[in-house]
Amino acid sequence: MFVQAMAFYLFAFVAIASAVMVISARNPVHSVLYLILAFFNGAGLFVLMGAEFLAMILVVVYVGAVAVLFLFVVMMLDINFAEMREGFLQYLPIGALIGFILLAELIFVFGAWVAAPEASTFAGAPGRTPGAATNTEALGRLIYTDYIYLFQAAGLVLLVAMIGSIVLTLRQRQGVRRQRVADQVSRRREDVVVIRQIESGEGV
Amino acid sequence: MDAAAIFLPLIGFLIAGLFGRWIGDRGAMGVTVTAVCTAAIISIWLFFDVALSGNERTVTLSNWIHSGEFKVDWALKFDTLTAVMLLVVNGVSALVHIYSIGYMAHDPHRARFFAYLSLFTFMMLMLVSADNLVQMYFGWEGVGLASYLLIGFWYLKPTANAAAIKAFLVNRVGDFGFALGIFTVFVLFDTVRFDAVFEQAPAIAGTSFTFLSWQVDGLTLACILLFIGAMGKSAQLGLHTWLPDAMEGPTPVSALIHAATMVTAGVFMVARLSPIFEYAPVALMVVTVVGAATCFVAATIGMTQFDIKRVIAYSTMSQLGYMFFALGVSAYSAAIFHLMTHAFFKALLFLGAGSVIHAMSNEQDMRRMGGIWRKIPWTYGLMWIGSLALAGIPLFAGYYSKDLILESAFADHSWFGDLAFWLGIAAALMTAFYSWRLIFMTFHGQPRASDEVMAHVHESPWVMLGPLVVLAIGAVAAGFVGHEVFGGAVESREAFWRDALLTLPGNDTIDAAHHVPFWVKVLPIGVGLGGILLAYLAYMVVPGLPAAVSAALRPIHALLFHKWYFDELYDAVVVRPSLWFGRRLWKSGDGAVIDGFGPDGIAQTTLNIARQAGRLQSGYVYHYAFVMLIGVAALVTWYLITLAL
Amino acid sequence: MFEIGLSHYLVVAAMLLTLGIFGIFLNRKNVIIILMSIELMLLAVNINLVAFSTHMGNLVGQVFALFVLTVAAAEAAIGLAILVVYFRNRGTIAVEDINLMKG
Repeated sequence: MFVQAMAFYLFAFVAIASAVMVISARNPVHSVLYLILAFFNGAGLFVLMGAEFLAMILVVVYVGAVAVLFLFVVMMLDINFAEMREGFLQYLPIGALIGFILLAELIFVFGAWVAAPEASTFAGAPGRTPGAATNTEALGRLIYTDYIYLFQAAGLVLLVAMIGSIVLTLRQRQGVRRQRVADQVSRRREDVVVIRQIESGEGV
Repeated sequence: MDAAAIFLPLIGFLIAGLFGRWIGDRGAMGVTVTAVCTAAIISIWLFFDVALSGNERTVTLSNWIHSGEFKVDWALKFDTLTAVMLLVVNGVSALVHIYSIGYMAHDPHRARFFAYLSLFTFMMLMLVSADNLVQMYFGWEGVGLASYLLIGFWYLKPTANAAAIKAFLVNRVGDFGFALGIFTVFVLFDTVRFDAVFEQAPAIAGTSFTFLSWQVDGLTLACILLFIGAMGKSAQLGLHTWLPDAMEGPTPVSALIHAATMVTAGVFMVARLSPIFEYAPVALMVVTVVGAATCFVAATIGMTQFDIKRVIAYSTMSQLGYMFFALGVSAYSAAIFHLMTHAFFKALLFLGAGSVIHAMSNEQDMRRMGGIWRKIPWTYGLMWIGSLALAGIPLFAGYYSKDLILESAFADHSWFGDLAFWLGIAAALMTAFYSWRLIFMTFHGQPRASDEVMAHVHESPWVMLGPLVVLAIGAVAAGFVGHEVFGGAVESREAFWRDALLTLPGNDTIDAAHHVPFWVKVLPIGVGLGGILLAYLAYMVVPGLPAAVSAALRPIHALLFHKWYFDELYDAVVVRPSLWFGRRLWKSGDGAVIDGFGPDGIAQTTLNIARQAGRLQSGYVYHYAFVMLIGVAALVTWYLITLAL
Repeated sequence: MFEIGLSHYLVVAAMLLTLGIFGIFLNRKNVIIILMSIELMLLAVNINLVAFSTHMGNLVGQVFALFVLTVAAAEAAIGLAILVVYFRNRGTIAVEDINLMKG
């Protein structure tokens, strides 16, 4: 128990600290790196909770794809951060106030909540997967049966997002020669080839 | 037939006024002149029928106001007083219409002019034939309107516009008094019909009335208020400032309105109301004092003026003063007599002056006239006749009426009667003086006009001289013809007037006037001749005398020349404060308060609020997110609080 | 203190959520910080979901968290694409300069 607790506190502390650094780092590349750190620690928390599949997925998808994407964009945009203006402190008082109010309320809620009477019935609802050995297998059994439609929909969402990003950022460059295959294929002999009678030795 | 005498001029006005463009100037003139002349002929017949033969009647025309206890109908009352006034009004109006054909011959707006003249005639006739106070008030207002329209006839002249407005406004002050008087009469008598009021007058006399928390005698209050109306219309001292300025209008207008008819409406009104004035001796005293003061002050001013029309205007004001103090000493018949004779000779003087102005190429300043009596002999002779009548020289009309008035004032044997008598004598001296001053300055001496003007001096055409001759006949004969019934023995006056004028038995000053000492009868004549002699000395024999005298008496001359500073006084006390007040109400009241809280204020507030609200649209998404977050925090807080309670 | 219960995880998630919200409006530097703050918030939500799922013994929470993950990835991609196009047009991604909607 002690080790678990220490692990939890370590992961939690680092996650929160790196979240703070994300929003307050001067260099945006540093912000992205701190974000990656926060994700890693989040994955650690997931493992502690027993959702190891989700933890790994977090690392693969978030860190491996999304955070790398962030990094790509930050570096591509060639931001001159030297001239970035610091407006941080202007809203700090009121923002801090609002934030602490929200945080305090959230914690109050946690202190005062009691489990709803129907909560016990949830325990038996579709999430039960008897016979699953690992978290992954349990999840699989659930996704591909009860939530198949949502799963397919998620796939469609990803498809749309992909098409969307391509459409948004595609630009036609002028003066770039490309193959137009359709034109090539539909060319007719008459339009291109001309037969001339030439006397030998004369040239065209 | 009776109604025709009143309504023919109205028809003339409507046709000329509405259709003037189609029937042209000549058509308009023809219609109006015909209408008025026909009315004048009918008036002569009516005079014989009503006044001399005694067929008094009331012709009801239609219902007007029936509101609870208050019943007023359109009705025409024909009694002797009405018949006399009809004769005067229609007669002089017809002559003025004919005169105007010549005088306004070069004016491009003749149709409008004749229409207005006929409108005025109709309104005046309504006034004199009214059966009740409200109908009289209708006529009263109508003549005020016509006066405004005619004074401002040449509306492109700013001074004419100003004079027209001044006349209307000053009249309005008087009309307010008149209206209050009508209200008081209604409160006291429960009716405004003359016959009903006169019947109840003896009974109501002595009832008390609460006026602004004072207890006053009801009838006295009503009479004084009504007299204030008369003061406005008849240019008595205090509300007289409009009359000299009214000379901005064309001369026929001055002759008709401001000499013969409109200004006499006040005199007529008091005479008509004699049955109630007799029971209000305090009111009669007020009338006498005001009339005497007017008579004197106007004469003093008339001596110093240089505009020929203004001299005659002040003369009119002075003679109206005579009429009023005659009314005040209960000599109603004498006042009406003087009204009639004055109509003749004053109209004659005005139209004659018009003839002079016409001859002198529209010059009105006497300092630029002179030496023209040989060139316009007819006008000269007619002016002499008018002036002789005015000065009260025996055998001319003015002698009979004016002397009667002065003798009645003396015979009243009251302090205000004596005051009136002596002021009247002084005024008679000054009247003769300025009348001959006018004649000498205008017609005699060296010509002071330019040679070009002198070359154009010509006699007026007969269309203008004809009416003058008719008026001159009146000025000569009217006194002699009428003095028996107007100012003779009690029986003849009673037989003539019957119920039209009431004089209480102890008050018959005209009767007493026959028994005054000899010197009282002769003094006016002596004073008149003295005035003529003085004028002859000052303007013909010793030409430097007027200048020397006015230099020696500079302060007095300044006072008189500036019309006793009434205009300046009113300007400072009434006009400027009113304008200031109006401007304050406009700028601060209307502008700042009403507009400020109303349309402008609301518009500005809306703009301000919109501008403030617009600042929420900063364009920064993180601002919007922040606001949303604040909203979330507020909602959660509120939820928790309500949950905790 | 050493017994890690549900509320511990929830508190951590709450703090991460708050920090994410902070990040959205406290930064003036660039838009990428906003996008990263959104990722933080989604992480916090995921922690919440998994914590409840574990507590209830019901796997639905984890399924939901999986889908949240998917959508978050898609959203990040599109957001970055928009950012890139925006940068192409405006030349800057300073948050202070993005005020074309100013009223």
